[in-house]
Amino acid sequence: MPMIPITCTINGETVEATVSTRDTLADLLRDTLGLTATHVGCEHGVCGACTILFDGRTARACLVLAAQADGAEIETLEGATASGRIAALQKAFHDHAALQCGFCTPGMLLAAAEFLEDHPAPSRAEIREALSGNLCRCTGYQAIVDAVAAVAKGTEP
Amino acid sequence: MTAPLPAPIGAPVPHRRTWRLVHGRGRYVGDVTVPRLLHAAFVRSPHGHARIDAIDVGAAAATPGVVAVFTGADIATVCRPWRGVHGLFPSLNAPLQHALAIDTARWSGEPVALVVATSRAIAEDAAALVVIDWTPLPAVADPETARDGAARIHPDLGTNVCLVQSHESGDVDAAFAGAAVVAEETFRFGRHTGVPIEARGLIADFDPTERRLTVHHSHQCPHQMQNDFAVLLGLAEHRVRVIAPDVGGGFGIKQQLYGDEIAVCAAAMLLGRPVAWTADRLESFTADIHAREHVVQGRVALSAAGDILAFDVDDLHAIGPYSQFPRSSAGEGRAVVAQTGAPYRFGAIRARATAVFQNKGMSGHYRGVGQPIACAVTEVLLDKAARGAGLDPIAVRRRNLVRAADLPWRAPTGVTYPRLAFEECFAALDAHLDLEALRRDCADARANGRLRGLGLACFVEMTSRGSGFYGTGGVAVSSRDGCTLRLEPTGGIRCLSSITEQGQGAETGVLQVIAAAVGVPLDAVDLLTGDTATSFHGGGTWGSRCMAIGGEAAWRAGRALRAEILDIAARLLQADAGALDIRDGVVVDAATGGGRMTLAEIGAVGHFRPHEVPGAQPQLVASASYGSEAPFRPGCGLQLAVVEIDPDSGAVRLERFVVVHECGLVVNPLLVDEQIRGGVVQGLGAALFEELLYDSEGQLLNGSLADYLVPTAPEICDIELVHAHATPAGGDDLGIAGVGEAGTTGASAAVLCAVNDALSARGASIAQIPCTPERILTALGVI
Repeated sequence: MPMIPITCTINGETVEATVSTRDTLADLLRDTLGLTATHVGCEHGVCGACTILFDGRTARACLVLAAQADGAEIETLEGATASGRIAALQKAFHDHAALQCGFCTPGMLLAAAEFLEDHPAPSRAEIREALSGNLCRCTGYQAIVDAVAAVAKGTEP
Repeated sequence: MTAPLPAPIGAPVPHRRTWRLVHGRGRYVGDVTVPRLLHAAFVRSPHGHARIDAIDVGAAAATPGVVAVFTGADIATVCRPWRGVHGLFPSLNAPLQHALAIDTARWSGEPVALVVATSRAIAEDAAALVVIDWTPLPAVADPETARDGAARIHPDLGTNVCLVQSHESGDVDAAFAGAAVVAEETFRFGRHTGVPIEARGLIADFDPTERRLTVHHSHQCPHQMQNDFAVLLGLAEHRVRVIAPDVGGGFGIKQQLYGDEIAVCAAAMLLGRPVAWTADRLESFTADIHAREHVVQGRVALSAAGDILAFDVDDLHAIGPYSQFPRSSAGEGRAVVAQTGAPYRFGAIRARATAVFQNKGMSGHYRGVGQPIACAVTEVLLDKAARGAGLDPIAVRRRNLVRAADLPWRAPTGVTYPRLAFEECFAALDAHLDLEALRRDCADARANGRLRGLGLACFVEMTSRGSGFYGTGGVAVSSRDGCTLRLEPTGGIRCLSSITEQGQGAETGVLQVIAAAVGVPLDAVDLLTGDTATSFHGGGTWGSRCMAIGGEAAWRAGRALRAEILDIAARLLQADAGALDIRDGVVVDAATGGGRMTLAEIGAVGHFRPHEVPGAQPQLVASASYGSEAPFRPGCGLQLAVVEIDPDSGAVRLERFVVVHECGLVVNPLLVDEQIRGGVVQGLGAALFEELLYDSEGQLLNGSLADYLVPTAPEICDIELVHAHATPAGGDDLGIAGVGEAGTTGASAAVLCAVNDALSARGASIAQIPCTPERILTALGVI
């Protein structure tokens, strides 16, 4: 399989890697770099568990080839955790029981964070709509909406 | 147990494990790495039914990076086949099943060969090079054809019928003959499945020097799998260790033995190297356990006054080509026979459930098993009968519900319900909302031409089974759980529990129970679950049981450890143990509350200076195991749905959803509530969206998440949750009933009733789920 050298920034660190043309960004993150918070749930871009930030916008790591990451700035849940930028959402998800098995949660958190940046005072319906690309099979979604709404209202520290 | 239990029992404590998970520190099977790890990919049958004439693995085996290619015959050299029998159902036809198909494939997606390579990608490439000569055989897809047609899936059985269960009690014919109203309906339930977002997977590591198998397994029941792997692979069970790390959802789908999974273990044995496999999503859809493909003909007889006289149900359900192992596929039919009419008093029933084999994926246990079928049939029939009699459907329910005065209620189904709390549930519903106003609102909307409806379903959930079902049936599934507590030298408590966690929160509930039982802060207890090498052989997660059974074991272990701590303290302090108490982690004088010793001091003396304890050898460890002596513990409740149907598109919109639930002691309302909501949403999925569509050749047509629709956030409304609190059962236990399947059991019924209420505006009705727009428009005569 042809190999391609790439250089990108992942969670603030410069990463140089030689990737197979068939590897997805999820493969690079998980298998090569050990960034296992990026979960792979369907590999066809529907479930949203592998959501990451690609040049500042959410993207599906299963639908991006690793080779496409050349020159990109990428953030995973590990990076967002380390920077503290989603700490309020993380606490709210924990406090509201907005996750059970946790498999969808990394993608859900990054999607919710992006939504709140653009919509600081959303309605519950808007929150639900914004998270429509992230499947959760454990909760009734209600606790997730509660958690995101609490962060928007500033009732979560 | 009637005395109030100490905190933190009852506190809405966040689920501890989730703090780790929100920070990306989960460790699921796919995150586990092992030196020299190989990766597997399966070759699966592209046919619903076909003979395997030859398998040529040459090109696949020659692919660089491929370590081995195994056929069914290769795997069978180390892995025995099995039959999904159950001793309580001696007439159950359970054909022999191999890990990989050997001479005949019987469903599209059945594993046929296994490629092991240095990477998953190479294994998949090579799997595509395996050449199989197939002779397609007639496929049997739908249940009626399976029962009535000529084609046989297992020629040696001479029939496609797996099992007929029937029960008759009371004079059914007389009841129907004398009824003022008989309502009758043919129901169709769509085959669906659990769709855990983390697919099934495992890493099997075999050390041939010690014949030791270690499996990291995304599974609900690691002890069950330890036993299954040992027996079927010919290993000493005490050298088989199954570890369920973080598990990304289960819902019953990760509860059985799967041929592909044990084949991975067999491959690890044959190679002496660790082998990993995780299902991709298409494999999940074709090879995960499916559920609830039923055709039910149901009748109910009602008196003029609205008394339920009798039910008559004839259920035909299709279970794929084999009976699932180890639990068998008897459960769905069993639930239909045993739980039709469960919430109500009536005198006669005739019930029959026929399970048939077919050439579709395996089918068996998914959250609720057959209970949602029984509930939907019962509730829709009652609505129809009440309307036919000109009676108020909800009044008919209230009139017929099992009351406290009827307990223990010996239902004509043969089931005895020790405790049901429908009076409390209805009182809680009436306190929560104005039911009549809500119904007027729907009626007014209908009068204005809108299709708005309300449905109310009463449901009973059988939880926390005792050993009378699997144990008596000769099925190697534990209905018990165990808990070991150790006091560490610095005063903390380590818990080793046999419960398992896929997100439901039972771990945190068990921690709360232990903290309360011993008298320590919650943070003073840590716990390890999901590892068969460390804990008592227990049941894990199935049938809504972790808190009721595992929580009880934790309570008893906690009280035993507490007693020993107090005994040691009393000896050291020359005090009477009965005059001491443990509060907030400190041994105190019970009368004054004054501190006497910390648990750290007890731990240090007990571990490092035991000679200072007069007349005793400190153990600093306590264990308890527990299994319910009752056949089951019932939970019960009501689910209310308000829907509005778009008459142009046929789409059903949820407007309001209310659950009233009674489950005995609630250890953690925060976690219980969202657990019930999650169950409701899975029931809503079944009611509105989810169906595995197959063609007549047994080909799955919608094996992706883009085509098989699971509910997303916008389709779901907020779900109002009300707990009814009934008098505790008064036994010697904590009085916990399970909640895991409650939501799923009643949700489809509530929606189907609401949809029919809405459709009544046009004189239309529907008796099929999911209620897709196409089916709604068909019912309305639009298409």
